[in-house]
Amino acid sequence: MDTTILLFLLQDGVTNGAIYALLALALVLVFAVTRVILVPQGEFVAYGALTLAMLDVGRVPGTAGLLIVFAGLALLVEAWSSRRRLTLKLAGRLFLYYVLPPLLIVALTWWLAPMRLGPVAQALIAIAIVAPMGPYLYRIAFQPLAEASILVLLIAAVGAHFSMTGLCLLFFGPEGMRAQPLLTSGFTAGPIPVSGQNIAICLAAGGLMAALYLFFERTILGKALRATAVNRLGARLVGVRTALSGQLAFLIAAAMGALSGILIVPVTTIYYDSGFLIGLKGFVAAIVGGLVSYPLAAAAAVFVGIVEAFASYWASSFKEIIVFMIIIPVLLVRSLTTTHTEDEE
Amino acid sequence: MPSRALIAALVIAGALLPVLPGMPVFWITLLNNIGLGALVAIGLVVLTGVGGLTSFGQAAFCGFGAFTTAVLTTRYGWSPWATLPVALAITAAGALVLGLLTVRLSGHYLPLGTIAWGLSLYFLFGELELFHRHDGITAIPPFNFAGWDLYDSRGIYYVIWAFVILAAIATRNLLDSRTGRAIRALRGGAVAAESFGVSTMRVKLVVFVYAALLAGISGWLYAHMQRAVNQTPFGINAGIEYLLMAVLGGAGHVGGAILGSGIVTLLKDQLQRILPALFGSKGNYEMIVFGALLVVLLQTAREGLWPRLAALVPERGRRQRPPQAEPLPARTMPPAGEPLLSLKSARKEFGGLVAVNDVSFNVRAREIVGLIGPNGAGKSTIFNLVTGVLWPTAGEIAFKGERISGRPSQVVARRGIARTFQHVNVLPNMSVLENVALGAHLRGTRGAVSSVARLDRAEEARLIDEAARQIERMGLAQVMHRPAGSLSLGQLRIVEIARALCLDPVLLLLDEPAAGLRHLEKRELAQTLTRLREEGLTILLVEHDMSFVMGLTDHLVVLDFGTKIAEGRPAQVRADPVVIEAYLGGVA
Repeated sequence: MDTTILLFLLQDGVTNGAIYALLALALVLVFAVTRVILVPQGEFVAYGALTLAMLDVGRVPGTAGLLIVFAGLALLVEAWSSRRRLTLKLAGRLFLYYVLPPLLIVALTWWLAPMRLGPVAQALIAIAIVAPMGPYLYRIAFQPLAEASILVLLIAAVGAHFSMTGLCLLFFGPEGMRAQPLLTSGFTAGPIPVSGQNIAICLAAGGLMAALYLFFERTILGKALRATAVNRLGARLVGVRTALSGQLAFLIAAAMGALSGILIVPVTTIYYDSGFLIGLKGFVAAIVGGLVSYPLAAAAAVFVGIVEAFASYWASSFKEIIVFMIIIPVLLVRSLTTTHTEDEE
Repeated sequence: MPSRALIAALVIAGALLPVLPGMPVFWITLLNNIGLGALVAIGLVVLTGVGGLTSFGQAAFCGFGAFTTAVLTTRYGWSPWATLPVALAITAAGALVLGLLTVRLSGHYLPLGTIAWGLSLYFLFGELELFHRHDGITAIPPFNFAGWDLYDSRGIYYVIWAFVILAAIATRNLLDSRTGRAIRALRGGAVAAESFGVSTMRVKLVVFVYAALLAGISGWLYAHMQRAVNQTPFGINAGIEYLLMAVLGGAGHVGGAILGSGIVTLLKDQLQRILPALFGSKGNYEMIVFGALLVVLLQTAREGLWPRLAALVPERGRRQRPPQAEPLPARTMPPAGEPLLSLKSARKEFGGLVAVNDVSFNVRAREIVGLIGPNGAGKSTIFNLVTGVLWPTAGEIAFKGERISGRPSQVVARRGIARTFQHVNVLPNMSVLENVALGAHLRGTRGAVSSVARLDRAEEARLIDEAARQIERMGLAQVMHRPAGSLSLGQLRIVEIARALCLDPVLLLLDEPAAGLRHLEKRELAQTLTRLREEGLTILLVEHDMSFVMGLTDHLVVLDFGTKIAEGRPAQVRADPVVIEAYLGGVA
């Protein structure tokens, strides 16, 4: 192996790592706020990626229909749970929350998709379509289980992943898709060329992390989320609506997942079920951070990306096996070091 | 538990199904698939439903069984029957290695770990040259029975369902045994089980391997039914479907596993026909329904369908006291006054907090010693230090002259120290009798294998009889068969004492035994404890009720903020000004 290959692999690893880092951060955030281990995070990646790829060729993406499905189900669940206190005012609020935004987004997509507005505008549309699915998903699957154990929430998350993969197949079909890169120009650093897309990925990941930091440190909403993460009951006692915190966390996670998909789809062909594996690599990183530490998770994500790059060079067919086996020693250390008397029920 | 007649009718109906005239072969194939799923799901009942260990990776173990027999029959020409022991051995070895790696994982880390190795094995199956990579192995011979090749689904139907019935019986046997009680204690009673000598890690490994073996058998059968295997059916999606079967049927019941497998398999078949017709093209559309079903189940019927179904069948009549059996051998109690337990400057720090500050005292044989002090004085921490739940930061604790500090709970229990808990720690769904029998764990030796084969009956009868005897000794005979969760708090404290007595202890540690008892009950308890002492037992108890302690104990040790402030005979201690200040507050 010479330096050129080494640098190539490192570049590849860091770029993929940046994406895993985004996913890992979202997983840590969702776990902290809602105790849900967000297995369907990968599906948001696939949704984002496939949406962008469809917009790229000027077609209305399948996720537009999917958003209506999510919103409709969430509306049904919400209406059912508040059926005894359904007033006109509440119905108006439900309309504003569950009906108007998806309809607007879908109408806008319908209008804008054929225009092919260019990569950045298309990326924004894609995020606008996918992100609202996060809170709707939380409303449908997890809010009714908010007081259940982590284990029950995990199994529910696996169920959600299952459904969402099936829906992805339904709305996008089994063919893989790719999109145009967001940034086409690149440059040459020493012996190797650096592609524009790789720069875009690192810039976007870095920018988003900075934005998240500011959000959690500087805004009242961000602080409310942190409060919910530290102590649900306490947060509720001081007036934070924890259900809202959960939906907000899912909104951020879905947006970050969609963004990751948008960043990755110009580099890799994405199929309806590709998201799961990508999401799981974010997981490996999030778990290294113990599902609590943001910096550790981000650092671990880059490490996972680099391991993957080198594994695919040396033993390409065993790439996935190597990456997923990283998690076992990490889990072992986690289990042995966390003091723990009785399994939570 | 449904009646024998019902089961017999079901078995006969099942045996006649394939030979009924006009029965479509297709239905029999579906029943075969149900049986294959049920085998894996029965394993999950033990692992997840009873043991509380969630696994998404069971499909990988099916792969172990399937690929083992595929390689041995096609490459080396073995007979399909002959490969079963090898398939089981390889599955068990694989499960043991993965189990050692993952059962240590706690809570939600365990299922995540199973996803990780489940995926890794799935990819591995598709990469191995030995398994012909993604193409898989074809032309696997069918089972041969008395000269007949079982090509037809009717023939293999009997093989599959014979294994399902065997698995159901084996599992029922396993759960209704000494090991079974330990398995049931994994979920919510691990600390109590450890303090009665159960090695929870070992029990977790046992259930993990057991569940894997059932999955391995399912894979072995699948290979000879399909006569071709590749990696496809052994991935995470299949693992999730198996878990769905267990959750849907009712993860705690063997019947639930069969029911769940039936519903999921039939539903899948229907959905695979209806949905593609609706949406066009081929695809895994049933995933949408299965995922949604799992979420809805968790939201509305977490215990599954089986308990609801079982409630329709009337329960059998009142159960009798278990039959008398030859008593278990008992320890000889040490003579009165012999030093038994000694704490030498025992110290426990939690971070900066000193919970127990260099406490020393002795307990002599056939004494009742009381450990008293205000809330937060460190009494329960001392109990946890003595019983090995916590290990001291410094100092030494010795029992009969041997150091026991720093040893795990099971070892301490083996020496003859039994305890009760301040926060009652019984398994609410298990009967009082079974809860108490858990205390006799160390007095039996039979393991999982003899339970499955029912070779443990003589010993089991003695353990159960011992439990019944201790329950009667504590005056709870009338509630013996009730689920422990239905008893009052005061009764549960007595159940805990009965359970502790089952260990045949030399030293009994009681953590607030009188809390929650009414006045008369307290007086009865005091009489019982005095009688136990007369029978040779030594008792160390933590208690808040002063009048209870004063009348009962021979010796008192008073703690305040982790430090021993007084020690002596009850009357002496009561007059001690330091003690009065600690309890009533000083005159500032």
